[in-house]
Amino acid sequence: MAATDSSTQQAADGQRALVVGGSLGLGSALVRQLAREGCRVAALSRSGDDLEALAREVSGEASRAGGALFVHVHDVRDTAAVPALFETIVRELGGLDLLVYTAAIMPSVGRTEYDTEKDLDILAVNFGGLLAWGNQAAQLFRTQRAGALVGISSIAGNRGRKGNPAYGASKAAMDNWLEALRNRLAGEGVHVCTVKPGYMATRMTAGMDKLFWVASPEQAAAEVLQAARTGVNVRYVLRRWRVVGTLLHFIPSFVFRRLEF
Amino acid sequence: MAPGIATRGPRRSYELVEGWGMAVAAPARVLRPRNLDEIRASFELARRDGVPLGLRGAGNSYGDASVNATGHVLDISRMDRILRWDPATGVAELEPGVTLRQLWRHILPDGWWPRVVSGTMFPTVAGALAMNTHGKNNYVAGTFGDACLEFDIVLPSGEVRTASREREPELFHAAIGGFGMLGCFSRIVLQTHRVHSGNLRVKALRGRNLREVLDLMESRRETADYLVGWIDAFPAGARSGRGLVHAASYLQPGEDPEPGKTLRVSHQELPPTILGFPKSDVWRILRRFNNDAGMRLINAAKYLAGYVEAAQGPRLQSHAGFAFLLDYVPNWKFAYGTEPGRRGLIQFQSFLPHAAAHDTWHGMLVRCRAARLLPYLGVLKRHRSDPFWMTHAVDGWSLALDFKVTPENRARLWEHCRAMSETVIAAGGRFYFAKDLVLGPDAVARFLPPADLERFLALKRRLDPEGLLQTNLSRRVLGALAGSR
Repeated sequence: MAATDSSTQQAADGQRALVVGGSLGLGSALVRQLAREGCRVAALSRSGDDLEALAREVSGEASRAGGALFVHVHDVRDTAAVPALFETIVRELGGLDLLVYTAAIMPSVGRTEYDTEKDLDILAVNFGGLLAWGNQAAQLFRTQRAGALVGISSIAGNRGRKGNPAYGASKAAMDNWLEALRNRLAGEGVHVCTVKPGYMATRMTAGMDKLFWVASPEQAAAEVLQAARTGVNVRYVLRRWRVVGTLLHFIPSFVFRRLEF
Repeated sequence: MAPGIATRGPRRSYELVEGWGMAVAAPARVLRPRNLDEIRASFELARRDGVPLGLRGAGNSYGDASVNATGHVLDISRMDRILRWDPATGVAELEPGVTLRQLWRHILPDGWWPRVVSGTMFPTVAGALAMNTHGKNNYVAGTFGDACLEFDIVLPSGEVRTASREREPELFHAAIGGFGMLGCFSRIVLQTHRVHSGNLRVKALRGRNLREVLDLMESRRETADYLVGWIDAFPAGARSGRGLVHAASYLQPGEDPEPGKTLRVSHQELPPTILGFPKSDVWRILRRFNNDAGMRLINAAKYLAGYVEAAQGPRLQSHAGFAFLLDYVPNWKFAYGTEPGRRGLIQFQSFLPHAAAHDTWHGMLVRCRAARLLPYLGVLKRHRSDPFWMTHAVDGWSLALDFKVTPENRARLWEHCRAMSETVIAAGGRFYFAKDLVLGPDAVARFLPPADLERFLALKRRLDPEGLLQTNLSRRVLGALAGSR
């Protein structure tokens, strides 16, 4: 009867989370922490081997905590596959409360390199995938009037740095899009959080020197979840990076272009 | 940007699909076709997955008419082009997802207004036709179906049929009001109404009880073009059913000195603030009053304000301002809660023949007060019968009562409404599928003439033998009658 025919999305125990780009670095740290809390978590990654390793490590712990881990091999550039996979995941999780988009690539770009294909690839992974997954999540969250969407952007999106133009642009696009989505969904029960890490000790930064204020993935994951759950709009990780992020906006162009930052 | 971006096939998402009143919701795959081929592809997707497909317009039906908990949902709102408009004849040819808002804004500057509009401007014409909606002029202008000249409908087989009163009259009279059970509209042709001003002349009247309100409306039936009654369900005794009547009339040619001005869309816009508050936030204030004590106060205040309004002479009001009362406060339904599937409202709207109306509803109001299940809003309208097979309209009246739904009162409220529905059916009344959320499987067979229901079901079995088109509503009120999937 209609009286009992209500949503299965509501009032489920614990949290149901999807981490896109969840097999390495910050993504895997998020999956581990969520699993440890007893959440039902789905992790997506391009690499089946990495996912298998993660599943071996985390699955037992997840089920002991009362949660579960689901893994799916997925290349975020394959946006056509997203609607079906999103539905599959929401069904297996029994709903969705949190989506974290952390898939990203940052290939090294030479000082005299101007490679359109490479740049479009960076945009496809870092931003195109966010559009595909974010649009699906936005429609579910909006209609259930609950949910949090987190995009892992970067302080690299704040200014146009000479080192990796397309990477910076992809992060700037994320910032703008996430802000727009946040404003769009304000008042509909949906929270959109932009996370801007400074340096993190992951594969992406491996081999770089002169790093400072480096966050471990575990530290970063804890801060990301805290921000997502407390309704923070923009969170720098570590928090002290906010000072740098803010100051960056005030450096005049003629000075900025001389910096090696 | 990326390889393999899908450009073919209907847009697809996985969402929580709720009835407008939010009291029912179910997650479903939502397909949004953009053309005829994608409507067919949507049918095929559901068929391949072995699940039923529910048809949805703007989702403005209060109950479960466009919710489908066991399958996919086809949302027609992306097909929203106005295909042809003839300002000489007032005939509009529309894609099914065109909203009433799009329609009136397109035609009013030429001096036309839709023949029939609901209390909100957001329904699609496909939804309005499938539910055979009515407006405050039902008793003189008929229902939305009466204003339809012709439509194209995609049958579950994929075949497209054109139906009108002359061509395929059976399909015409069954699909209008057939709540999406026979096929998906793909083109709709409407006759609109000539107007000579962007304003209506509106007079407010006050009735001290239900009898007076009904009598006032009846006394204006011959002269008014629109009639709507509002009642305060809280007071008991001699004041039971006290309320206000608003009677509106079109202006005759020459009465409006500046029709070119009043017919402009900008003249029709609803006020951006209410008592100084930005409209978008008013529901947050209403939420504070969304309880028995608060709503008793608001209803009483509205009635008292009616003293002033009724003492004044007729005033001019824009068409949109008079017609779309439900749109004054955006998202006002959120005052009932923002937990779809758990909290919300139901509208219990019963239709009664003239002779039975007063006594049945008087008894209903007494019963509501005794049960302490009080409607927060009560609206009266006058109707006439129409030729559509599954119609709710009778030569008589309807009373719509809004009830708040909470997890705590839900079971008791359903029980209460079912009991009230028995008195309505016993008095020869009917119900409306765009509103209902409580009737059981046997009720429809008792309030619809058996011959009408039987020929509708026979047509359903012929056009949709596999039972592809289903909704929560169809499974609830038709049950096994409509076949299963």
